Amino acid sequence: MTIPASWFLTLAALLFGIGAFGLLTRRSALIMFMCVELMLNAVNLTFVTFSNSLHDVAGQASVFFVMVVAAAEVTVGLAIVVAVFRRRQSNTVDDLSELKG
Amino acid sequence: MTITMPSVNYLAIAPILVLLGGSLALMMIAALTKSRVSLGVATVTSAAVCAVATIVSVFQWSDVSSHGESTTLAHAVAYDGFGIVATAIIAVTTLLATLSARDWIARARTVGVEFHILLLAAAAGAMMMAQANDLIVVFLGLEILSIGLYVLVAYDRHRSTSSEAALKYLLLGGFASALFIYGAALTYGGTGTTTLTGIAYFMAHNFILQPGVLVAGVGLMLVGFAFKVAAVPFHTWSPDVYEGAPSPVTGFMASVVKVGAFAGVLRILIGALGTQATAWRPLVAALVILSTFLGAGLALVQSNIKRLLAYSSINHAGFMLLGLWSATPRGVAGTLYYVMTYAPVVVATFTIVSLRGGVNEDLHELGGYRGLARRQPLLGAALAVLLLSQAGAPFTTGFYAKFAVLTAAVDAGGAWIGVAVMVAASIAGYFYIRLVLSLYDTHDSAEVVTVPRTSAFVIAVGVLSALVFGVWPGPLESLAQHAVLLLP
Repeated sequence: MTIPASWFLTLAALLFGIGAFGLLTRRSALIMFMCVELMLNAVNLTFVTFSNSLHDVAGQASVFFVMVVAAAEVTVGLAIVVAVFRRRQSNTVDDLSELKG
Repeated sequence: MTITMPSVNYLAIAPILVLLGGSLALMMIAALTKSRVSLGVATVTSAAVCAVATIVSVFQWSDVSSHGESTTLAHAVAYDGFGIVATAIIAVTTLLATLSARDWIARARTVGVEFHILLLAAAAGAMMMAQANDLIVVFLGLEILSIGLYVLVAYDRHRSTSSEAALKYLLLGGFASALFIYGAALTYGGTGTTTLTGIAYFMAHNFILQPGVLVAGVGLMLVGFAFKVAAVPFHTWSPDVYEGAPSPVTGFMASVVKVGAFAGVLRILIGALGTQATAWRPLVAALVILSTFLGAGLALVQSNIKRLLAYSSINHAGFMLLGLWSATPRGVAGTLYYVMTYAPVVVATFTIVSLRGGVNEDLHELGGYRGLARRQPLLGAALAVLLLSQAGAPFTTGFYAKFAVLTAAVDAGGAWIGVAVMVAASIAGYFYIRLVLSLYDTHDSAEVVTVPRTSAFVIAVGVLSALVFGVWPGPLESLAQHAVLLLP
């Protein structure tokens, strides 16, 4: 028995939605990062599913690029979180309110 | 199994290679020399690299003029007039931003050649977007540009607002990138290819019975781009980030990000999905109306010049989107002309803001600009010209830029949208002119601003570009019109 592609796509859409929801509601910078990662991995699942059902290798190749980008983003992101944390001893985005108006 | 290597037209990707090569060379010099690389060496190298990239793009232009458009690297990169002109704009703007940053780095006591390394790499990312013929290449360019900028925004270690702005930019930028790439994945699912010319071919030869996946994909990509160019309602990050970032970086963001992102979005929506214009045009129309009106309206109530310029840049993003909305070659030329004239002006404006803001960037109140032109007539007049050009006053480039996108929109049957954005432009004109008048206020509260020579050069280039091409728009206009977008 094969699982139809639509199941994978629905799962990916759900994961993407959870990530987006988490990013918009959670207040810890680290968890917000994890949510971005979850969204990117949902994208990867979508690419692989389409690649499989279209019998086309380009989708699988795209996944590698997305992975590399996700890794680069986290590297820079964690460095910035550390820089902010050193100054404020907090990683909650609600405390970042010097800039507003 | 044999692997066939794609043929590479090195001239087509030469500017990107020059910038990335310059960035890597600086990194190697910094790593291999014992003494610290001096600011002068870094600035000269970076400026020379940008100049070489500009000269290379001139050769590319004559090559494409005689041999026609093509794609290279297995259809991943488009080699056309549009990409070349956008590349040249990015190279020139990065050159100006490098010079503008020189005085800031000297004053702000920041060390390290990394600023230039990141600036060149980010500019190469923007060029990649401008030349991309594949959704994945657009994404890679977007990310190279964005990740470089996240660090540049956080570059001022003496101010906590700098890292705060970087974190905000990073979280929302990451969100936008995820939306964009999910849109790209869905578009891939709907069309079976990620190359833009392939998508255009598919659209032209198939009738799409169930467009759901494709519509969602295009919508998500558009939202991702709207975040990057800070179009309302996806603009909330931009005033905070503009305020927190070092002023020369803000100038770079306001100019190069817009050039790269608009080049990418024009390629995707008009180059690849031009046949589906009826589907995405209402979305773009909403972005245009919201951005022009809210950008102008919220700028009126700002008291900090960097936040005011952030809202002004949101307003300009609305005008640039107007060229996209028309979905015609004329609209493409209009948007290209708009970013071409806007980029040097905005870099020069932020150079003045950087000088006026002081080392700690704490003198950005609008009141501090009162009487600036009375005490320092040249600097004040320069800022006045730059602001008037952004307002779209006649005899400046801003006027022709607005004229170009408006005529394109009216030609495409959008008289109503043209009238609407003109109303928004007049609201925007009010706050620019109010600021210009306060520059000439007799009540003098402005401190003397010292203008170093490199900054003076950048400001002069911005002002001259606004005035010379404002009176004599022919050359730039014909350049924008002949910059053909590759269509299959």
